[in-house]
Amino acid sequence: MKIKQQSKVAFESKNKTTQVKEDVIKYMLIAASTISVLTTFGILFSILFEAIEFFKLKSFIYFLTGTEWSPGVENSKFGAVPIFAGTFIITIIAMFVALPIGIFSAVYMSEYASSSVRSKVKPLLEILAGIPTVVYGFFAAITVAPLIVKVCEFIGLEASFNSALASGIVMGIMIIPVISSLSDDVISSVPDSLRKGSLALGLTMAETIKSVVLPAASPGIIAACLLGVSKALGETMIVVMAAGLRPNLTFNILEDMTTVTVRIVDALVGDQAFNSPATLSAFALGLALFVVTLILNIISVYFIRKFKEKYKVNSL
Amino acid sequence: MKNKNNPFYDPSLKKRHASAKRFKFFAISSLVIAISFLVFFISDMLQKGLPALQQSYIQVEISYNQKSIDSPRSAIDRSLRRVVSRAEIRQIPRKIENNPQLMNTTKFEWILADDQVDQYVKGNYYKLKNKDKKKIDELKKQGRVELKFNSIFFTNGDSKIPEFAGIKSALIGSILTLLVTIMVSFPIGVMTAIYLEEFAQDNKFTQMIEVNINNLAAIPSILFGLLGLAIFINLFGLPRSSALVGGLTLALMTLPIIIVTARAALRSVPDSIRQAGYGLGLTKIQVVRDHVLPLAFPGIMTGTIIGLAQAMGETAPLIIVGMIAFIPDSPTSITEAATVMPAQIFTWAGMPERAYIEKTAMGILTLLTVLISLNTIAVYLRKKFETKW
Repeated sequence: MKIKQQSKVAFESKNKTTQVKEDVIKYMLIAASTISVLTTFGILFSILFEAIEFFKLKSFIYFLTGTEWSPGVENSKFGAVPIFAGTFIITIIAMFVALPIGIFSAVYMSEYASSSVRSKVKPLLEILAGIPTVVYGFFAAITVAPLIVKVCEFIGLEASFNSALASGIVMGIMIIPVISSLSDDVISSVPDSLRKGSLALGLTMAETIKSVVLPAASPGIIAACLLGVSKALGETMIVVMAAGLRPNLTFNILEDMTTVTVRIVDALVGDQAFNSPATLSAFALGLALFVVTLILNIISVYFIRKFKEKYKVNSL
Repeated sequence: MKNKNNPFYDPSLKKRHASAKRFKFFAISSLVIAISFLVFFISDMLQKGLPALQQSYIQVEISYNQKSIDSPRSAIDRSLRRVVSRAEIRQIPRKIENNPQLMNTTKFEWILADDQVDQYVKGNYYKLKNKDKKKIDELKKQGRVELKFNSIFFTNGDSKIPEFAGIKSALIGSILTLLVTIMVSFPIGVMTAIYLEEFAQDNKFTQMIEVNINNLAAIPSILFGLLGLAIFINLFGLPRSSALVGGLTLALMTLPIIIVTARAALRSVPDSIRQAGYGLGLTKIQVVRDHVLPLAFPGIMTGTIIGLAQAMGETAPLIIVGMIAFIPDSPTSITEAATVMPAQIFTWAGMPERAYIEKTAMGILTLLTVLISLNTIAVYLRKKFETKW
């Protein structure tokens, strides 16, 4: 009787310590998972607070609408329009390269290629995605930019060695795998019944793809494009190494332009005091970048979810 | 004639087939374009970088005596002073100090050539006086100029003298930084994945974390640099340009990758394993710790290595936290100023001397080799330990 009770007590107390231990571990796990949330808020607030400091010193309206950016001088002006324009134009050039190549590659891989070809080609494209951006930057500055200058000379145009075209093209190459890989996943998960139905009606393969598969996959493809745009906007090394520093409000893609990320880097590697407007302007630009990429990301998540719900896919 | 009787005859069929062919051609050619970009890029890097594997050496007579300690330049014949590396001349007094027997001797030795001479020997663009050029041609005829394997590149740190610059300090800096990254991001990432996959109920808190992780993965890397600058350096007062700050910043960036892959690995462990554990009276933690986690571990490792490879190539946030300093000596602790391989590539790419172009390309080849081997290890691990349930 006594022995039985003892063992029961021992069992219960062991249970209790296990219980406590389990709770401790569980709370540690919860604490770990809040770190990712803290990081996002950390980024948001660290940028926001410094940006507010900046807007105390300089006008917010002029930042959004002004066309003159002159940080280093006395009576400095911070009108970010030429910087936004440069970022926008380089992004457009990049998308001109990446969109057609990325989507058509995805179409070929998911619709035409045999599985053995696909399994060989996909890793190759992934290499393109794994190359560090600083390497692309060197490639843009040393190989592509002089090539463009030479070609332009040949046809009688004048191009800058820091032309927006060079960084745009190389950025486009960098984004190809972003778009092709997600588009490939999306196109592959369009139900086969749609294809078979269309082919049975006598449409050719190309017509099936154009009028059935791609429209069905369009939310996913739009999401891929938005991700590509957000990647292009935030890309730093290529433009730091190959694009210009001078805020230049122009539509001539052979001239030098600057981007948000270039100005952020430029403002923060200098020797100015940390709370000077020139340094703080980096955080104002960072805030703009954060807001725009966040919105693009939210929209792209929305499109992906729409696609998943429509075709009941879970693998994306 | 035949077509007239065919009820399915479509006069536009030919056109449609042609357009189908065109479409397929477009698709295949864009893929070919994408891949030829890759080929062009890699061959361009090889062509620019491989010459840096070799470095010109010149055989000269060095006289070790008191005079050459006081003024190292006088140790070498006047006509040769400008064609050998300044770094080698500077080292002469130290050589005597390390090896006193050398005192008052004269020796024929192979020493590094100047970077312009090196470029001339390799047939690139060079800037040399005619006098020096003639001297080199003369030495060449005597067999006193030679291209040797450039071991300096792998054993030296950065230097303002191009022929003397190497990647070692950056490599050590990269390793230290990645050590910090993995020590922080691996436990936190895996713990988060375990919580989300095994414990969390589907409530607002969990959803918020999930949305957050998605967002974190899409935030431009440069903004992580701003976070590192504002929080780690300005708020916590950690040393600027140190591997500690760089590693912490990169850890936050790799976190989403590790969480996503670790969750996928945990999800792929079948529920029957968990049920069997519970059936034997194990607690939840015991089931996860002793059964689910070991089974998911290869998948988690693969994800971690891929995340690390990405962190290794990252430059922008590290520039913001100041890791582009000039670091000639390898850092020995994580609080010392350090630089990393991509940042070193960036610094070299901005140097005016032409000799740095091949150094940069060689640095890129080294970095790519490391990255490709990391990814190969990841693929190998995945293949080797993959369990089909």
